[in-house]
Amino acid sequence: MQRLNIVITGHVDHGKSTLIGRLLADTDSLPQGKLESVKKMCENNARPFEYAFLLDALADEQKQGITIDSARVFFQSKKREYIIIDAPGHIEFLKNMISGASRAEAALLLIDAKEGVAENSKRHGMLLSLLGIKQVAIVVNKMDLVNFSEIAFNKLKIEYSEYLATLGIKSDIFIPISAREGVNLIEHSSSTPWYKGPTVLEILDSFKSVEEKENDDFRMPLQDVYKFTRDNDDRRIYAGTVTSGELNVGDEVVFYPSLKRSKVASIESFNTPVKTSVKESEAVGFTLQTQIYVRNGDVVARADQSAPKVSNRFEANLFWLGAKPLELDKPYKIKIGSAQSTIYLEEIKRVIDGDTLDRADEPSVGRHEAACVIFRVHDLLAMELFAENQKLGRFVIVDEFDIAGGGIITEVLEQYTNRRTKSSSVGNVLVDKASSSADFEEELFALLRKHFPHQFN
Amino acid sequence: MDHLDRLEAQSIYILREAYRSFPNLAMLWSIGKDSTVLLWLTRKAFFGHVPYPLVHIDTAFKIPEMIKYRDEIAVQWDLNLVVGQNKEALAKGETFVNGLDRLSCCKKLKSDALKYTLDGTWARRKWNPYKKVWEDELNGAPYTGVIVGVRADEEGSRSKERVFSARDEKSEWDASTQPPELWNQYKTDFAPGTHVRIHPLLEWTELNIWEYIERENIPIISLYFNNGNGKRYRSLGCFPCTAPVDSEARNPKEIIEELTSGKFKDIAERSGRAQDKDGGGTLEALRKEGYM
Repeated sequence: MQRLNIVITGHVDHGKSTLIGRLLADTDSLPQGKLESVKKMCENNARPFEYAFLLDALADEQKQGITIDSARVFFQSKKREYIIIDAPGHIEFLKNMISGASRAEAALLLIDAKEGVAENSKRHGMLLSLLGIKQVAIVVNKMDLVNFSEIAFNKLKIEYSEYLATLGIKSDIFIPISAREGVNLIEHSSSTPWYKGPTVLEILDSFKSVEEKENDDFRMPLQDVYKFTRDNDDRRIYAGTVTSGELNVGDEVVFYPSLKRSKVASIESFNTPVKTSVKESEAVGFTLQTQIYVRNGDVVARADQSAPKVSNRFEANLFWLGAKPLELDKPYKIKIGSAQSTIYLEEIKRVIDGDTLDRADEPSVGRHEAACVIFRVHDLLAMELFAENQKLGRFVIVDEFDIAGGGIITEVLEQYTNRRTKSSSVGNVLVDKASSSADFEEELFALLRKHFPHQFN
Repeated sequence: MDHLDRLEAQSIYILREAYRSFPNLAMLWSIGKDSTVLLWLTRKAFFGHVPYPLVHIDTAFKIPEMIKYRDEIAVQWDLNLVVGQNKEALAKGETFVNGLDRLSCCKKLKSDALKYTLDGTWARRKWNPYKKVWEDELNGAPYTGVIVGVRADEEGSRSKERVFSARDEKSEWDASTQPPELWNQYKTDFAPGTHVRIHPLLEWTELNIWEYIERENIPIISLYFNNGNGKRYRSLGCFPCTAPVDSEARNPKEIIEELTSGKFKDIAERSGRAQDKDGGGTLEALRKEGYM
């Protein structure tokens, strides 16, 4: 059965858990007896039953009173299986919301009809757009508290659409619901005779799986090169996960940014019939006709197709989750595709926060803020614009040992040439050491090739 | 690509990411179906090879067939097998069968044994696949990355796990302060003294595991099947605390039927594991201290 990862986000108390609980119950996706046992438990404790308790009972989180992580919940429609990533609405758990949402292929954004657009409604809208989730439906919940008023619904729709437009997001899917009463979740309700659009389940079933998209040129970030000598295995295998396109035995490949090239000799795999081609999303390995030295993190493309962009400067939209702010000219680590390098924040063009949107002239990007920035990278990197290739157009920033931010590339800028020769010595310069050891490896490899040519044929 | 292809590709990506990021990497092999699938995925990721050691914690109360199966597969697949055990607790008789409560027994024979085997404090017993002999390793280097076969659908606290999840010096896990995980980028940098647990099977369900075992024809231990007495194990552990269930399923295909339309539809997998039920939320308490 087909599967889709969806995320449900929204401000705290806008009704996420109720919506999920209700979806589980109404699609018969709960474990046997769960609904009854939770109802019984409520009866025994003399408190009214709420659908939100179902999720809490499942996720074992009731004692906290708030969902603290993006717990995974499974449910089924007639069309396919859904994994709901329940993203916490509480600001303290924004990094959990983002962890969950970054795995999603589509999103429901919940807004409370009575309370209106809250700070986190804005923030989450912005983050979903930065994460590149294009399939978003806005679900206006608690319509029962505003007497299912079409006027109230339209007012909220206009207000939020205007906000989304400032972010460059066009979303025309707004659904009026009452999660508690089951209005417009699975079936249309007589409470909202004026609403003719899809129900929540209909809109979910209409979302496309990310895989269903058009063909692109071949790209594979080189994750590793293997040479296992055991049992006289003499294969030198170039391994990685194909992010787009297709590769066949005999194709000429080019590695970026090193520009080394060769032809594919074989596709390698374990416990499968012999393969002669691989395509998007497969975790693969291949051997080459000639032995070349390339580094992990290079991007492999086909010589007969377009090349990725190569530079050491780019403009990006970024969101920051680190405990310490993102500062100018301090070394951080970037991870993009399979590549890593040291990176410096060159310029903050503007800081965007949920409420005030644009703020210029900021010295740093603080926790939970988003910004439009320019980065400078220590090494040349192969990259893509996010709008053209999502997987190679997004990156994370590591501060000390933890991922502290993420972003998408909006423009690849002209290279700078005056390389910094010395970095300061905080924990983030690991990569510099790694690249100098890579230089050593390359020289060693050249020597080995010269003196032991039989090993490389 | 079908859903098993997608799960397989993602797990392989994670295993390769772990292998290139952690200089001293190991995988936990409980002999159960999940970690055996993980072992199979390792061979997929590395084209037939298993490039890191497999750690098994032997409580001395494992069902005997488990040890036999473990040693046979280790020879067949040329595995670097590492076995850890709490010899002191066993010598002093500090176990459930001698009157200790279940959770304390789990802590001593599993959590403690695991912790001190991983960090190298206790001696490790190692199978040398080249010489085909068992050897003792004293003062082994700590493993900085440990691959574990937990799944998010197993139990509440496991659904909060990250794919790459940091543990501090005391092997403790704090679910609420974990750094974010974005797209396919995981936590591969770690402070000295900490280690990272890697969970390539987080997105798999019990059903996916059996579908994959059937598709790949993975040689799984026969305790999972009804071998004629109308009983089989659904989850494996120590014999004093793990009970078989009544079932006629004799192979992966029949287990899949049982899970999708038969008697185990909607019944929790670990229902035969006694330690989950002692007190409330105890598995999460155990996991905080390093239990798998």
